[in-house]
Amino acid sequence: MQTEPTASAPALDRDHALSLLRTMLLIRSFEERCAELYSATRIRGFLHLYVGEEAVAAGALPALRPEDAVVSTYREHGHALVRGISAGAVMAEMYGKVEGCSRGRGGSMHLFDAATRFYGGNAIVGGGLPLAVGLALAARMRHEDWITACLFGDGAVAEGEFHESMNLAAVWGLPVLFICENNLYAMGTALYRSQSETNLAARAASYRMPAMAVDGMDVLAVEQAAREAADAVRSGSGPRFLEMRTYRFRAHSMYDPDRYRAKEEIERWRERDPIVLLDRRLRDAGMLDDATRAALDAEVGREVDAAVAFAEAGTDEPVETLTRFVLSERARS
Amino acid sequence: MTEVAAPTVHLTYREAMREAIRDAMRRDDRVFLMGEDVGRYGGSFAVSLGLLEEFGPERIRDTPLSESAFVGAGIGAALAGMRPIVEIMTVNFSLLALDQIVNNAATLLHMSGGQFNVPLVIRMTTGGGRQLAAQHSHSLEGWYTHIPGITVLAPATLEDARGMLWTALEDPDPVLIFENGLLYNAEGDIPAGAGAVEIAHAAVRRPGSDVSIVTYGGTLPLCLQVAGSLAAEGVEAEVIDLRSLRPLDTATILDSVSRTGRCVVVDEGWRSGSLSAEISARVTEGAFYTLDAPVQRVCSAEVPMPYAKHLEAAALPTAAALTAAVHEVMRGA
Repeated sequence: MQTEPTASAPALDRDHALSLLRTMLLIRSFEERCAELYSATRIRGFLHLYVGEEAVAAGALPALRPEDAVVSTYREHGHALVRGISAGAVMAEMYGKVEGCSRGRGGSMHLFDAATRFYGGNAIVGGGLPLAVGLALAARMRHEDWITACLFGDGAVAEGEFHESMNLAAVWGLPVLFICENNLYAMGTALYRSQSETNLAARAASYRMPAMAVDGMDVLAVEQAAREAADAVRSGSGPRFLEMRTYRFRAHSMYDPDRYRAKEEIERWRERDPIVLLDRRLRDAGMLDDATRAALDAEVGREVDAAVAFAEAGTDEPVETLTRFVLSERARS
Repeated sequence: MTEVAAPTVHLTYREAMREAIRDAMRRDDRVFLMGEDVGRYGGSFAVSLGLLEEFGPERIRDTPLSESAFVGAGIGAALAGMRPIVEIMTVNFSLLALDQIVNNAATLLHMSGGQFNVPLVIRMTTGGGRQLAAQHSHSLEGWYTHIPGITVLAPATLEDARGMLWTALEDPDPVLIFENGLLYNAEGDIPAGAGAVEIAHAAVRRPGSDVSIVTYGGTLPLCLQVAGSLAAEGVEAEVIDLRSLRPLDTATILDSVSRTGRCVVVDEGWRSGSLSAEISARVTEGAFYTLDAPVQRVCSAEVPMPYAKHLEAAALPTAAALTAAVHEVMRGA
């Protein structure tokens, strides 16, 4: 089948598109399993699920190189999985096990991994932005060409730390890619109720950094925008801002009764489910059939099964080591 | 008879701090100084005067008035292998960066299960006595001593002003250095080769057998002066300079109190919920049966610092108040 490639819709590469679909399916399956495990009390604390927002992580984070740094939020399971932290290590973290990516000290909101330069799930809204600026400053001062991707939600845009960090990154021309996941709600408060300018890309542009809004439900659009922005940041042209317009289908957290938005609104957004959109697009292009989709679903299901088994078999840290990691144990350098 | 004295240099506390920064910058190219007006202005207390000319604007880095962002940027840069010295003008302004200090600097090592340490030094001015009123004069360092994960230092002498910084920079974890504003013009002689000092122990600045006066930072000169006056009336006061406020060198305090049987704590902070309360509690826990009198505390009056000179003087710890407190514990001796 011949298609006319256009700037907005590049020709689909089947293998690549299927891998994007698989990534989103893995996140979806992982998150749905987390919800079940929460209800079964295997996972406790706060649990913020990424269901509906998968296209952002799946599309944007592969634009990064292994040497790049990532700063994330408390809704970061999807970011962690795409960045390359194993599903087992993430699940074990939520089980509070030593095998977890933060040894069970962090939990769902604080996934960390030095190997993939994943500088955490930060549970203070906006609190990660200054860190990202500092990481980028270090890259600049060390004359290294890695960049820092900083993920945060629309709620963070209301924080003073957003303003301070955007300004500092811009005035110093630092290599930061700011990725705002605008899901329209800061917990239960709608964006339009709490922020005077709801066009967040326009807000960012006021700091004199290139900024654009992207359809965050279209993984291919996310991917293209992220690649271009990451390349630009890496070229030394200063920070960039991407507003990913997305939506979470589930409640803010497992504690949230979701009283602040209409069922119809959620249903409308579900019609633009990023998985459904890509699935349909692939089928329309003759690249996906029921058998292939079923095989993908089964494959990610097995991966999540394995992650749960890994977490179930995890070990508890002895209480005697409770006060480890308050101060460093290694020699000063 | 002539004696060859070791060569000394005459300098002020301010110059000792500056020399410490200069020395660190020369020894380690990962070290840089960042803060409001540290460069072109020369430092709001002139500590960094001349360093911009020597090291350039990349390493003597003026920041916007964005305490949260530049402290957080220091944390991020430290995570990526730099050794930042962040200067905050006063401890009152550090409250604007409290989120970064408490929620990030102090927690990242633990939340990440030991993967990410933060080798950051934050310097700031503290204390009153300069008629700067209620937003520039407080001694809030005691608050920071509540936080696991950070080390809190208070150089009170020229040697410590010269020597604590390098040791702090070698520490793999965050260190806060509090410089009392009244000390900057203190002057004297220190050995020409003075350099790094250990930061783990309190120091007995004046030996004595009758009463232990425990203090730190800006009130050390007051305590030494009063100890001299007390000697004239036959009371030998031992003066302990804590040097490190967290961790506290409890052993040195208890050793002294066990010998003298009396303890007066002098702390420019407020009395309620204070560092002086912590010291008093530790003395009670560890040396109760050696005490000949209840522990006394000399603190600032519980009032936001007033501007008028006579009111401010009345609010701060005074020689008269300390003398009275010593007389109180000596009653019946």
